[in-house]
Amino acid sequence: MSETPIISFNTVNKWYGDFHVLRNIDLQVKKGERIVICGPSGSGKSTLIRCINRLEEHQQGTIIVDDIELTDDVKNIDSIRLEVGMVFQSFNLFPHMTVLENLIIGQHLVRRLPKRDAEEVAMTYLERVKIADQAIKYPGQLSGGQQQRVAIARSLCMKPKIMLFDEVTSALDPEMVKEVLDVMVDLAQEGMTMLVVTHEMGFARTVADRVIFMDEGQIIEENTPDAFFDNPTSERAQNFIGQVLHHL
Amino acid sequence: MDPVNRIFHEEQPPPVRTTGLLAWSKENLFSSWFNIVISILLFWIIYQFVAFVLSWGLINAVWFGETAQACPDSSGACWAFITSRWRLFVYGLYPNDLYWRVNVVYVLAAITIASFVWSFGKSTMRIRMTMFIGFPIAAYIFLIGGFWGLKYITPENFGGLLLTLTIATSGIFGSIPLGLILMLGRTSDLKIYSKVCTVFIEFWRGVPHIVVIVMFVALLPLFVPGGGKVDIVVRAFIAFAAFNSAYMAEVFRGGLQSIPKGQFEASRAIGLSYWKMMGYIILPQAIRNSIPALVNTCISIFKETTIVLLVGFSDFLGIIHLSLETPDWLGPPHISTSGYVFAAMIYFVFTFGMSKYSKRLENRSNVDN
Ligand SMILES: Nc1ncnc2c1ncn2[C@@H]1O[C@H](COP(=O)(O)OP(=O)(O)OP(=O)(O)O)[C@@H](O)[C@H]1O
Ligand SMILES: [Mg+2]
Repeated sequence: MSETPIISFNTVNKWYGDFHVLRNIDLQVKKGERIVICGPSGSGKSTLIRCINRLEEHQQGTIIVDDIELTDDVKNIDSIRLEVGMVFQSFNLFPHMTVLENLIIGQHLVRRLPKRDAEEVAMTYLERVKIADQAIKYPGQLSGGQQQRVAIARSLCMKPKIMLFDEVTSALDPEMVKEVLDVMVDLAQEGMTMLVVTHEMGFARTVADRVIFMDEGQIIEENTPDAFFDNPTSERAQNFIGQVLHHL
Repeated sequence: MDPVNRIFHEEQPPPVRTTGLLAWSKENLFSSWFNIVISILLFWIIYQFVAFVLSWGLINAVWFGETAQACPDSSGACWAFITSRWRLFVYGLYPNDLYWRVNVVYVLAAITIASFVWSFGKSTMRIRMTMFIGFPIAAYIFLIGGFWGLKYITPENFGGLLLTLTIATSGIFGSIPLGLILMLGRTSDLKIYSKVCTVFIEFWRGVPHIVVIVMFVALLPLFVPGGGKVDIVVRAFIAFAAFNSAYMAEVFRGGLQSIPKGQFEASRAIGLSYWKMMGYIILPQAIRNSIPALVNTCISIFKETTIVLLVGFSDFLGIIHLSLETPDWLGPPHISTSGYVFAAMIYFVFTFGMSKYSKRLENRSNVDN
């Protein structure tokens, strides 16, 4: 698989007001690649991946996702969001709907699947994240780990080609982190293209093809996980890894 | 340090609460000399009040009679004033032989209220929406008519409770959808919509309501060509819907602001368009969060209907006031006291009902979270 990358950032710049949050980002992601993004707080990791499904707009450079250039064109945005799934730190399940309804709504309204078919798809994914028995509960009745697995299933139901994960385990109690990471490892083994913002080094080492280290809105270092964690070249990365290791 | 082995405690039932009237009053009313004095004083006041209400309102009250002569004695209420005139109070000047049309609307109103009080499982929302949209239409057809063999009745014949309720209903049922639209406009990304809606909202919130009513009812023909053709009562309906929509918009905006940013992001991330996101994800939650404030606004709308008195309408309060001035009922002041006490009781029944309803919804959403 050498052809065109499924995601490509070409000298992308973005500002919040005067604040230069993304600086000259160049990044190519191949189909099926698993990329872990790490870096200190405020370094622009979330902003970077949120540009991929246009939850944020960039101001300079080009971003091309699955051969579609991200512009203000509403049609493009809609089709990109069909290709790209995203899971958030704070789950963001819809609290007024049951788990099953959370999974059906997008398929029904966006993919225009009849409700019954959507329900079937939903149940297969709930089984995959091992939570089918909670289908008729409301999100508020589930533990954090369960909610996050539902959130992953909700994204997968839309049959995306790319999955974005933004610190999906950082709001979880330690004993629930593993159940969520397990689901993500499974997904990686099936060949999903994944961009994962995380500080879980174990996950990065098992799953990632590449680790990208960001600081102050720039990509400072890019390497295989083992090389990156064992022999970081830049001083910033060394400090960062020192701190993360210290915390674990 | 030696290891400490603790005994594992089995689960135990909570201690039995010593309630019972005696224990309760001992704890709450008679725990000290000071409390005993306060309690006795309080009991005495309550006793005096209840005794007065019973003797004035029930025992010494006069229940029937056609004129003020029936109630010469000021030691009891003059309910005769109410019982001899109740048709006027309830139906206003609506033609006698067509009272059934008003009754149909009253029954429909009761059904609409019931549909919001009880739930009906999965179809609850659908039933409530149907009633919310259907009721005003049905009320219009029956009360005003003019087609399908229903004789046209000009709203100028409305009066009494009928007028109070129709003004309140058009205020409530009109301002909720209008308020939603205004709120969506105000929070829209499109600057022009947002500006226009903000100006509209601030205008209605800033002008005293009595001025609005006078402008609509008395001065409309001067401002709007053809405004004189709109029925004077209908103008009051419109005025009430208009300025209350501004309050409703702010109520809904409060509800919208309580929705976390993540709900919008998750909706957009799964590809929902703006309208689908609003319709299926954001508004259902925002409206639900607005309900306590919304019911509060409904209560003030209901009480505020009385300002139409000032432009000469005979709403429920107005018609009682007018009846007290008729020669038949000119008499000692306890007659008018009875009339106003009755009015207060009726207004209270409605507003208390609404506030109970809002309390219930609040409790329920607490449980949900
Ligand atoms: N909407 C916004 N307006 C202004 N500044 C913003 C906005 N969103 C983020 N920022 C700023 O941009 C910078 C990068 O934010 P971003 O969320 O991408 O960082 P991050 O690397 O994901 O950090 P964290 O690890 O804390 O999540 C931060 O300094 C943040 O304060
Ligand atoms: Mg972040």
